[in-house]
Amino acid sequence: MERATSGQTGLFQRELVVPAMRDSFAKLDPRTLVRNPVMFVTAIVATTATVILLRGIATGAEDIGFQAQLVFWLWLTVLFGNFAEALAEGRGKAQAKALRDTKESLVALRIGKTGDTEKIPATQLRYGDIVLVCEGQQIPADGEVVAGVASVNEAAITGESAPVIREAGGDRSAVTAGTTVISDEIRVKVTAEPGSGFLDRMIALVEGASRQKTPNEIALTILLTGLTLIFLVAVGTLPAFASYAGGAIAVPVLIALFVALIPTTISALLSAIGIAGMDRLIRFNVLAKSGRAVEAAGDVGTLLLDKTGTITIGDRQASEFVTLPGVAETDLLEAARLSSLADTTPEGRSIVALAGGEEALPSDAEPVAFTAQTRVSGVDLPGRIIRKGAVDAVLKLSDYPEDTVLALKKITDRIAQAGGTPLAVVENGRLLGAIHLKDIIKTGIRERFVELRRMGIRTVMITGDNPLTAAAIAAEAGVDDFLAEATPEDKLAYIRKEQAEGKLVAMCGDGTNDAPALAQSDVGVAMNTGTQAAREAGNMVDLDSDPTKLIEVVGIGKQLLMTRGSLTTFSIANDVAKYFAILPAIFVVLYPALGTLNVMGLASPQSAILSAIIFNAIIIPLLVPLALKGVAYRPMPAASQLLRNLGIYGVGGVIAPFVGIKLIDLAVAGLGLA
Amino acid sequence: MNYVLPSLRLWLATILICVVGYTGLMLVFAQTMAPYQANGSIIEVDGQAVGSELVAQDFSSPRYFWPRPSAASYDGMGAAGSNLSPTSADLAARAAETVARYGATAGNPVPADLVAASGGGLDPHISLDGALYQADRVAAARGLDPAWVRDLIEQQAAAPGAIFAPERIVNVLQLNLALDRLEE
Amino acid sequence: MLSAILTTILIVGGTALLAWPLGIYMAGLFSGRFASADGLFARTVGGAPEQDWKQYSIALFAFNIVMFGFVFALLATQHMLPFNPDGQGAASLDLVFNTTASFTTNTNLQHYSAESTWSYLAQIGGLMWLQFVSAATGIAALAALARGIGGKPTMGNFFVDVQRASFCVLLPLAMIVAAVIALNGVPMTLQGAAQVTTLEGVAQTIARGPAAAFVAIKQLGTNGGGFFGPNSTHPLENPTFWSNAFEMVAIILIPMACVWMFGRIIGRPKHAMVVFGVMAALLLIKLVASVGFETAPTQAFMDLPVTQDVGNLEGKELRLGATTGPLWAVLTTSTSNGSVGAMHDSLNPLTGLVPMAGMWLNETFGGVGVGMINMFLYIVVAVFVAGMMVGRTPEYLGHRIEGREMRLAVLALISHPVLILGGTALFAATAWGQDTLNNAGAHGFSEILYEFSSAAANNGSGFEGLGDNTVPWNIATGLVMLIGRYLPIIVPLAIVGSLMAKRRSAESAGTLSVESSTFGVMLFITILIFGALTFFPAAALGPIAEHLTSMR
Repeated sequence: MERATSGQTGLFQRELVVPAMRDSFAKLDPRTLVRNPVMFVTAIVATTATVILLRGIATGAEDIGFQAQLVFWLWLTVLFGNFAEALAEGRGKAQAKALRDTKESLVALRIGKTGDTEKIPATQLRYGDIVLVCEGQQIPADGEVVAGVASVNEAAITGESAPVIREAGGDRSAVTAGTTVISDEIRVKVTAEPGSGFLDRMIALVEGASRQKTPNEIALTILLTGLTLIFLVAVGTLPAFASYAGGAIAVPVLIALFVALIPTTISALLSAIGIAGMDRLIRFNVLAKSGRAVEAAGDVGTLLLDKTGTITIGDRQASEFVTLPGVAETDLLEAARLSSLADTTPEGRSIVALAGGEEALPSDAEPVAFTAQTRVSGVDLPGRIIRKGAVDAVLKLSDYPEDTVLALKKITDRIAQAGGTPLAVVENGRLLGAIHLKDIIKTGIRERFVELRRMGIRTVMITGDNPLTAAAIAAEAGVDDFLAEATPEDKLAYIRKEQAEGKLVAMCGDGTNDAPALAQSDVGVAMNTGTQAAREAGNMVDLDSDPTKLIEVVGIGKQLLMTRGSLTTFSIANDVAKYFAILPAIFVVLYPALGTLNVMGLASPQSAILSAIIFNAIIIPLLVPLALKGVAYRPMPAASQLLRNLGIYGVGGVIAPFVGIKLIDLAVAGLGLA
Repeated sequence: MNYVLPSLRLWLATILICVVGYTGLMLVFAQTMAPYQANGSIIEVDGQAVGSELVAQDFSSPRYFWPRPSAASYDGMGAAGSNLSPTSADLAARAAETVARYGATAGNPVPADLVAASGGGLDPHISLDGALYQADRVAAARGLDPAWVRDLIEQQAAAPGAIFAPERIVNVLQLNLALDRLEE
Repeated sequence: MLSAILTTILIVGGTALLAWPLGIYMAGLFSGRFASADGLFARTVGGAPEQDWKQYSIALFAFNIVMFGFVFALLATQHMLPFNPDGQGAASLDLVFNTTASFTTNTNLQHYSAESTWSYLAQIGGLMWLQFVSAATGIAALAALARGIGGKPTMGNFFVDVQRASFCVLLPLAMIVAAVIALNGVPMTLQGAAQVTTLEGVAQTIARGPAAAFVAIKQLGTNGGGFFGPNSTHPLENPTFWSNAFEMVAIILIPMACVWMFGRIIGRPKHAMVVFGVMAALLLIKLVASVGFETAPTQAFMDLPVTQDVGNLEGKELRLGATTGPLWAVLTTSTSNGSVGAMHDSLNPLTGLVPMAGMWLNETFGGVGVGMINMFLYIVVAVFVAGMMVGRTPEYLGHRIEGREMRLAVLALISHPVLILGGTALFAATAWGQDTLNNAGAHGFSEILYEFSSAAANNGSGFEGLGDNTVPWNIATGLVMLIGRYLPIIVPLAIVGSLMAKRRSAESAGTLSVESSTFGVMLFITILIFGALTFFPAAALGPIAEHLTSMR
């Protein structure tokens, strides 16, 4: 998160701008330019104008000065477009460089069939190889831990320096190339071919090199190319019209009109917008595997959110002890305290804190740890066997009198209805009562859900809790729906149901059993702490493993599309003013009366044309910050969003060039440039 | 799927219903309900067809009211407008001739409808002002009292479309016929 | 001025009221509400299998080829066939080609004067038949498009749809209109021209014929081809103020109803209301401009002793009222009708720009069926840009708009300016156009520009001073009409075919609503930017230059 803030300041840092300027020229390569049809066309006509200029110089034509300025600004238009893209790419390149250095230095200890190890460069590793990684070494390739447990520092990838545990089996088996083992040693089975690992993908992503155009970008490019063709016809037919009127229009002037009318502004910024959108995600520590996934995030109609960690703070707090009839409260308190003393989880500590009293474990105590099989924990003292755990698990431990069981059920039902989780406490086969563990709803989450609802997004809480508890928490948090006692199959079914209703679904998950749901969902954010399977199945990876971020990811997706749409509108709206600047200048020689259309009162025909083309060029760098940062985005219904953006970028797009061209004209005329 | 046969069957069905059936029905309807209109609103005087009530004919004698100029020379087989732009010099020249024919002066300007050619060149009407403008000439040529001629015009003038088109107009052929009839 | 406002309200408002129930009726008709009639229609063509967009388009083409072939043959051989009382001779083949293309494409551009060119059989059996079935083709295509976009699995059956449109919509309305205008004085006879001797003793031959039947469907089907040369300025084609009012209502009735029909078939009457509102707003702007500009008196009379108190009268008929000329001009070019109630060539320069703008946009109600289809293309573009502005990948009624759809929409939208400006450039720069002009200077340019606009928009009206019955004009406009007709019908069907194959997404508060007035504004702007901006240079060199140069 630290990087996110530093990234937004200093958009035009020296170390970024200088290489970007260099790259602007490198990108004049036609093979690069052709990816952007509008800028490619601009370059072609700029070349034509240059040739005409050179011929004019050779033959000593009249208005060389004017023509030279036109050519200069035409090329600048192309360069500005290249610059915008280069600058956007440059922001990722620094990050990529560090990653690449890491990657190139990686060395692997490959374990052969016979069990011997050989030292090879990581680039030679193949899928299925087993490598040994010891304390202090970097993991050479993406893979699954097949043996051992280690704590791993993943700062190289996540920027988070706190080590994480990686162990064979379970949901924490995935390791990433470039991370460092800081204790113990593990054996890792390589799961990525060279060049296709997580590190490689990340490098490609932050560099923008492997950037594929998204379907929306492709469609927009087609629209912009179509507009270019339309204006090619509109401008290309003018010489014939002029010849009817008994005049002629100079080719450089026609080129100027053409370039002014075609949507150069949005075309120049288009790839910068796309790169910046991905970049915003990366700075937000979320890696999208494709631009398409980012855009899909903007379309999400249903958000599946895990209760724990997203809606509630991860840990429950003990809030109440409820004794069974005939049990002294002190007995329950004492049993609860003793059974929790060895429990270092926040839940356990909150029980101890609530119970009060001695916090040290008696020396003769034998703690019994929680296991997935028994689902109870506790302590064995001489003559005392104390257990606490899930109610049904405790009830399975032994037979209890029926009335006590009924009384306990009554208590636990009440706790569940209040959205809490009951833990039963038993000592020597005697039920004492229940501890009320309370889920703490995160502050501000309710308001977030209201916002999401206004944006038309349904929130669904996923929880392993029973339906009663889930309903209570769902109501308190204000989600639209919940899925209680959710199994991976339930999640998958729920996603399919929503998709059948035509909604795009986003979810996050970490375990291997989340993989099918992650793959099925339209936006699947895998936690970086999760398994390799989960990370492969999702189309985004959250390096911070913070499920709350799903909400922001949606916002980033929307902002990306809004920026694209708004700048398109702005670019096209500009044409009105450009017409009024250039057409009278061209036509006044054919019909002097058409000088009336010079509503801006521009100084001379040449100055009018020059001013329009200068405006057309410099608007590109002026809009670069907006393209990189994205348009201001606040959650609101679509109708108000449209009205707002239409007002700012549509109306603004009509007015701005009138003002801009007039000001430039004053300068051009004042400086005697035309 | 075959497309040719259904197309041909559709051709036959639409020809039978939309051409033969429809035209036949409308012929029967019009010839029964409004035979005068259905055959061109031809006015007969003493068994002699003298024109269509709806079609302008050329009048050049000062004894008759003149219709609006016709770019088609009042040819009932070749109706047409002038298709000249209102800014056209040719139109100005043509208008000047018409103005001269009426002998209009700055003190006695001619109403525009007598100068502007109609769309089809067969407009059977002139404006009330246009008729009144010619009243003196016609009265003088026929030796009639101008006031009497004006009365006749007023009787013949009517608004074509009630409140939607209140400027009154006069059918030139009807007016001239009335003149001839009354003089007999 | 009051009478002008009243007339406009009477015609436009009155028609809007009539169009609502008609639209509901048409939606029911094309949704299969009249099963027994549908059964009959299916039997007539030997079965009615459901068609996908390709099959529907092929059927449309097949029948349109039959239309073209039959009428071409009929016109080419008319001098050998009966029902020719005035003895019309053989027409040149290039004129036959142009006329057949013109009526097959619902354009009705006329490079001839009918009373001196075509026999009654050619007019009634050929041209009038095309006026029915070409209009029915357009309505059928809209029905198919609406079914597809509305979520039906198939597009219906073309052969049944044409019969529904012909027999259940066009025919009954045509009978009503024909009866009314016949009573008003439009001839309906098989007799040849009337021979009369005028009061001054000159022989006059007055053309007549089965005009009432022809004129009714000419107006209703946005055809516009006149029975007589000067169309509805001819007193026998449009004898009274009231026949005029009726004929104007008939111009926009079905185009307006088509919007409601579309809205109901897709199950979105509110969306239709927004579209209708956008069309009506554009129409209103054009009406105000047109009627306003035409109140300027005839410039050529300004230096002469002429009293001008009702605006420009050149090319107008007195019985139709002073303002119905520009009103008709707007209605006929907003729809793709193309009949005229005043001579467009003689409109004031800026008034003349309004009909041209109508044809450039070509969807302010537009041609029967195809007007709404044209609007669909603009909706696709508007939805695309607006969709991004609300932060979603764009979708229309839950159908995602992506590269393929955009490519098709852009193709269809580009074709219009390419045909108009390309054609104009070719003819303005060469003798093909320059030698055929009736007016000099900027107005002459407008004549060429208008002719290509009219052909590409399948309108059919003209700055008729143009001497357009030449081989280059006949061939060029014939081709332009054919491309300008079939491309914008087939392409939208292909778009819908592509959309139908996709998973449809649900709508929520986060989706762009196409039922809001904000979307209406967006659509309005899109139409102006894409439809009008391209033509601004041409407009400047034609009508605007003429106005600024010559009008005082």
